[in-house]
Amino acid sequence: MLLEPRTHTPLWMTIIAPIAAVFVVMVLCSGLIMWAGAPVLQSYIALAKGAFGSKFAISETLVRATPLMLTGLAAAVAFRAKLWNIGGEGQLYMGALAATYFGTGMVNLPAPLMIPFLFVVGAIAGGLLLLVPALLKTKLKVDEVVTTLLLNFVILLMANYLLFGPWKDPMAMGWPQGAPIVDAGILPKLIEKTRLHGGLIFALLASVSVWLVMSKTKWGLEIRAVGLNQDAASFAGIPINKTIIRTALISGGLAACAGVTEVAGTKEYLTLDISPGFGYTGIAVAMLAGLNPLGVIIAAIFFAGIYNGADSMSRAMDVSNYIADVITAASLLMVMLAVMLTRMRIRFS
Amino acid sequence: MDFLDMFLNIGFWAATVRMATPLIFGTLGELICERAGVLNLGIEGIMTTGAMVAWMWVYQGGDLWTAVLVAAVFGMMFGFLHSIFSVYMGLSQHVTGIGITLLATSLSYYSFRMLLPGVTTPPKITPFQELPIPYLSDIPIFGEAFFSQSPLTYLAFVLVGVVSYVLYRTPVGLAVRMVGENPMAVEVQGIDVYRVRTGAVMVGSGFMAVGGAFLTISVFDAFYFDMINGRGWICVALVIFASWRPGKALLGAVLFAAFDAIQIRVQQSSASFIPYQFFLMMPYVFSIFALIVMSRKAAYPKALLVPFRRGQR
Repeated sequence: MLLEPRTHTPLWMTIIAPIAAVFVVMVLCSGLIMWAGAPVLQSYIALAKGAFGSKFAISETLVRATPLMLTGLAAAVAFRAKLWNIGGEGQLYMGALAATYFGTGMVNLPAPLMIPFLFVVGAIAGGLLLLVPALLKTKLKVDEVVTTLLLNFVILLMANYLLFGPWKDPMAMGWPQGAPIVDAGILPKLIEKTRLHGGLIFALLASVSVWLVMSKTKWGLEIRAVGLNQDAASFAGIPINKTIIRTALISGGLAACAGVTEVAGTKEYLTLDISPGFGYTGIAVAMLAGLNPLGVIIAAIFFAGIYNGADSMSRAMDVSNYIADVITAASLLMVMLAVMLTRMRIRFS
Repeated sequence: MDFLDMFLNIGFWAATVRMATPLIFGTLGELICERAGVLNLGIEGIMTTGAMVAWMWVYQGGDLWTAVLVAAVFGMMFGFLHSIFSVYMGLSQHVTGIGITLLATSLSYYSFRMLLPGVTTPPKITPFQELPIPYLSDIPIFGEAFFSQSPLTYLAFVLVGVVSYVLYRTPVGLAVRMVGENPMAVEVQGIDVYRVRTGAVMVGSGFMAVGGAFLTISVFDAFYFDMINGRGWICVALVIFASWRPGKALLGAVLFAAFDAIQIRVQQSSASFIPYQFFLMMPYVFSIFALIVMSRKAAYPKALLVPFRRGQR
């Protein structure tokens, strides 16, 4: 078996690859639905309805897509530079912790200033958290995959300590949750009677800005060059370490903003379950999007739909909603394979 | 808290050896994969799968040793899947590994929910009992701590020797080490690099799954979600700490487990003024520090993370 590079990849192939991959995953996962004894087609219809079937469903899907766009962007930016940031979950909680620290009465600003302020302090906190593994990587050659993964556990325990200890809201009747974010810091609702909040606008703007930076600026070029070939980038005079540090700050900051949107938008206070693995799902989002910041928007909405749809499917059909995690993980692998097949062809000899 | 008392305590050493066991399996498994040039970040998920299937096998009436075998087989299946992506297709080992972890974990949780719908308290099984080794277990302190353990713990220690022997003293071991250092040279010898790497990843993944199984059918008697709790990632760190040597991997795992055992005992005696979460952080922080200390002089297998594509240089 030989893999040889294709001389050129037609555009239709690039577009069809992720769609085909997701389709294959759906077919494979129908085996799991059959195992549960549920009718496959009706189950998928229930999933689609739960995801996009009503105004309410769509708004809920977009609420869930908001943090996924930001963690997806974080992974997309970092992976472009081959900085393997698997710490999105920890950075998300870091952003949430910063928003809680500054947003629950310590600082009082009018809303037009308070909301940007929360995003800025959150992003700084998340960026600094990823700065540690990035510096260890550039200065001491410590592998960043393991350090970012391990820091996730440290930050979650830190949040656990704070919410069971000094930051516990005495008004919360014993629940481990933070004090509510001040009114000026709450992200405004976009549509009446839904949970859809301004975080979505922020995430969309972030996607467009990241796309502009990555494809139209010197910084973006440097990040991509470092990811493609460090030696060549270094030969071309690109400061490798500086670029990696910069990438880390951007990536960590983006993931942390997902924590801010959850604390200041979706929940309005900090809990220990603000993220059901958004940091890890962000990796699947970035891969489905082919690391394209604009593609991240669509990929995030898709995965958010799968998760929300699986919740309603599990209620209707008695299929465990862990199927959403299976679909996400399988899509991550299958998309990677499909994208490779657009660049390579397999020759059996 | 008297430290001397603690170090003379049989319970402390027995706990250390017990806690080291899953780490030994996991670290050896990861070491085999990395020696062949493949970083296997599927470890966390493969351990979860091992823990789930072994427990489920026993819960459904199966035998304990068969459960270990079943766990190993499931681990090897995920290892095979990993190598399709990372070895045959030459895709990013980082992303493949994370994908395998997410897939193995979610499939385990899904299967657990499907096989046991609507249980709130996890049902229990009868796990492996301690198997004191005659005569040896009568030695004061040392014997009582080391030779009155679960059979799987003995297996872990024996496997350290076996892996060491196979890696350094057999043609198979040489081939495994070579594909991790210089795959092209191996290919020239007429050995199939893909097959050697795939075999190493599968065997390594089998080890990882048995490490997970140890948790559910030996230490504990039930399967909980999130019970691996980063142990897989700690094993990845331990491999670097051990500079890819089985003997040092054993040392690292035992040191780490001793540290964990100290942490738990100190936590129990000083819980009043230091919050317990800080103690729980320590294994992760300790792993990071171990990485910092060891990474400078780490002699990575030269072809680690480098995909091999036949017919290309």
